[in-house]
Amino acid sequence: MTPLAAYLLVAALLFAIGLAGALVRRNAILVLIGIELMLNSANLNFIAFWRYGPHPEALTGMMFAIFSIAVAAAEAAVGLGLVIAIYRHAQTTDLDKMNRMKG
Amino acid sequence: MTPVFYIIAALTIAGGLAAVLLKNLVHAALAVTVAFGGLALLFLSLDAQFAGFAQILVYIGAVAILIVFAILLTRGSDLPQDGVFSHTWLIGLMIAAGVFSVLAWAVLRSVPALPHETAVPAVTVHDIGVALVGRYVLPLEILALLLTAATIGAVIVAMHEKDGAQ
Repeated sequence: MTPLAAYLLVAALLFAIGLAGALVRRNAILVLIGIELMLNSANLNFIAFWRYGPHPEALTGMMFAIFSIAVAAAEAAVGLGLVIAIYRHAQTTDLDKMNRMKG
Repeated sequence: MTPVFYIIAALTIAGGLAAVLLKNLVHAALAVTVAFGGLALLFLSLDAQFAGFAQILVYIGAVAILIVFAILLTRGSDLPQDGVFSHTWLIGLMIAAGVFSVLAWAVLRSVPALPHETAVPAVTVHDIGVALVGRYVLPLEILALLLTAATIGAVIVAMHEKDGAQ
């Protein structure tokens, strides 16, 4: 197995774990944690392709990963703010109990 | 592959698995911090020093703290009585397993078109900074705007509801 394939396999496994967390858990914060894991595994793919790609000095994969980290931080701030707002409104973070569209 | 890679990969995967499986949300937040740290080590092992340290600063320094704040503000450390997994957990698990098998099949069956081991890329933080204010200056400015908007938006969303709004 080439080093690139090994890194891609680790990223695929981490993506599947994050996806399972986002789909299986009932707590909204755990779903956000799963989404963060998925974003991170995509970043690992970018960095691995940048490292073993033909033109690392062009910095494309590295730049994409850096911008992706910044966007993921903004997403986490807004997502957790939404969770806190919903908790204040419904007194729960259980997604199975949030089944009404109008308050 | 070196043994160091296997150790870091096992640490990262174990952190991710523990974050998804642990019942107590505070323990899950600690486990996901371990996974973020393992990913930062993987970035460093790929000679991406800047991305590795940015990962440590942003994820372990900011996102993990945000998650802990959200858990404490929503009393998420209390265990729910009726289980932590959704009633559609089997479908979710099957979707995740299917996605992983397709990705792993594609990775393992593909023929590498690139040389197996290239030389360490001679990229310094100076090069990254020059590229950020040169070729990538427009994405950088858009990102600055996005971060400002996200900060203001998060504060407005999480602000107290007005009295009588409910």
